[in-house]
Amino acid sequence: MISEFGIILLFIILGVVFVGIALAAAAIVRPSHPNPVKNSTYECGEIPIGEPWVRFNVRFYVIALVFLLFDVEVVFLLPWAVVFKQLGWFAFIEMIVFVIILFAGFAYVWGKGDLNWEKPKPHIPKLEDLVVGKKN
Amino acid sequence: MGLLNRLDNPYEGGGIVLGTVEDLLNWGRSKSNWYLHFGLACCAIEFMAMNASHFDFMRFGTIPRTSPRQADFIMVTGTVTLKMAERIKILYEQMAEPKYVISVGSCSNCGGPYWEHGYHVLKGVDKIIPVDVYIPGCPPRPEAFEEGMIQLQKKISQQAIFNKRKKLAAEDKNQ
Repeated sequence: MISEFGIILLFIILGVVFVGIALAAAAIVRPSHPNPVKNSTYECGEIPIGEPWVRFNVRFYVIALVFLLFDVEVVFLLPWAVVFKQLGWFAFIEMIVFVIILFAGFAYVWGKGDLNWEKPKPHIPKLEDLVVGKKN
Repeated sequence: MGLLNRLDNPYEGGGIVLGTVEDLLNWGRSKSNWYLHFGLACCAIEFMAMNASHFDFMRFGTIPRTSPRQADFIMVTGTVTLKMAERIKILYEQMAEPKYVISVGSCSNCGGPYWEHGYHVLKGVDKIIPVDVYIPGCPPRPEAFEEGMIQLQKKISQQAIFNKRKKLAAEDKNQ
């Protein structure tokens, strides 16, 4: 008897075999003439400079979070703006409250100093620090 | 000899058509040609007319591609400047085999109006990549594009795939 998970295993095996057959058939049929230029990254004919895998600074994450906040805000604002005339003053005031709440969060982040670009402060020892017996 | 041409000479008794694997592969290659469009100058404007419904380039089995990895032939339409020549060379190298080249218009055929004093123009794209079909004109009419495409399909359907060197050597002896 095949249990429920046995069927999933069958699907996995079938998937691997199917993809394997397709790749093997392509490998038999296709011409293969690799060269260094062909194997290089396609950059619209330019010669690539550096690695395509670029690392972003971890300090961008706060900005990304705040961006997400206002991104979602726009998602709510758009349908409201479309039916703005039908909804009238009540919806207008409600939306203003919503935006104020969001901006309160923004002001909190700003006030907390999370938007400041923290630069590393390397500790460079000075001659005075090296003097034995001296206290800062 | 294409596969469809063999329909005219069926096996004796009729009803059976014998062909080679080469015919079949060439048939597929010639009737489904995706191209890397390389519009460089005014020939590309004419090429827009070619792609639109009046002349309908796609009926030849061609689909415009923006990546050389998916393209079967490159269509160089326009003036090849020396700066662009390096890029064309790289793009041609990055295309997967089998690959073909159509050179469109006087500029990419031989330099065109810049043949003498164009200090910045490559005098013919065939100086850097092997061209299969030249389409003359400045710029060529869309009918000329169609003729060029038909010529390329003819060339592909007659090409040798197996024992290429042996066949080519025999041809060289005859000449």
